[in-house]
Amino acid sequence: MTLTQQIVTIGVCVLGTMITRFLPFIVFSSNKPTPAYIQYLGRALPSAIFGMLVIYCLKNVEILGNTHGLPELIAIIAVIGLHMWKRQMLLSIAGGTVLYMVLVQVVF
Amino acid sequence: MKRYTIIKNSFQAAFPYTIPIFAGFWFLGLTYGIYMNVSGFSFIYPMIMSFIIFGGSLEFVAVSLLLGAFNPIQAFTMTLMIQARHLFYGISMLEKFKDTGWKKKYLIFGMCDETFSINYTANIPKDVDTAWFMFFVTALNHLYWVFGSTLGGILGSFIHFDTEGLDFVMTAMFIVIFLEQWLKEEKHYTALIGIAVSVLCLILFGANNFMIPTMLMILLLLTVFKNPIDNKEDKSASAL
Repeated sequence: MTLTQQIVTIGVCVLGTMITRFLPFIVFSSNKPTPAYIQYLGRALPSAIFGMLVIYCLKNVEILGNTHGLPELIAIIAVIGLHMWKRQMLLSIAGGTVLYMVLVQVVF
Repeated sequence: MKRYTIIKNSFQAAFPYTIPIFAGFWFLGLTYGIYMNVSGFSFIYPMIMSFIIFGGSLEFVAVSLLLGAFNPIQAFTMTLMIQARHLFYGISMLEKFKDTGWKKKYLIFGMCDETFSINYTANIPKDVDTAWFMFFVTALNHLYWVFGSTLGGILGSFIHFDTEGLDFVMTAMFIVIFLEQWLKEEKHYTALIGIAVSVLCLILFGANNFMIPTMLMILLLLTVFKNPIDNKEDKSASAL
């Protein structure tokens, strides 16, 4: 690929990304009232999105592989347990991550 | 309050929320920079791409796009497929980004998965300026990502480190954010829809192709079950 072709390729990636980020704000500008259905989606979507992002992070876990997804399962339970117990965001994230690192490096 | 105090307070409130992202982006950015370096690109590439794309998964894919034959149409289609979830973020942020003034364009530009999740869920203290808070979350995450990938691009294959499993920090963060949202809401229909539909589509379509069907199905279910999900609103509306 020539430098120009590289610039075009990267530019197209930027353009596509910015379309997906800016489009809702362009279509539903703050000057006009947002349609009720879109307002409803704005309220209902986030919980579904966060569920989707959790699964997205776990998409490459192989249930049928060597570890059967056990390190992930244990670490997820630890994150949830820690968070329900102390409700300290950083503690839950750090605790779960350190446990996961120990599990994949030492245990499994 | 003086402008300086407003800015300082917002920064102090925003920074702790970005600490997990610091760990995650430093690591992922470094990995991405190294990947670009060993693929034969100067550190300028990951630096610029991280700055102007600011989207991890696409940037990894872009490496293979740059190594393949020149095909801008394919690159554009793939970008839209990978990044389509941002449409959902925008719809969710329409209200929160109102009245953010000049910062609005940057908040939209820098709205990656992590930034959106924090800005949507964070309990911003009343005495902290919301727009500045979201600005700092966005800018710090942006900075971590550019810094990590540039460093990876410079150091390249020289570094060997045993950080296997560190990428779980992102998973852990999304679990905590999911949990916080779960604890905040009375009904869990949409959270359960998000999990169930994603798992189902992952099984049906595989890890590389499940996001678009997942998003379409979430939209469909939220539309079909609007009344049970949103019935509180309906009652107040019919009472008027």
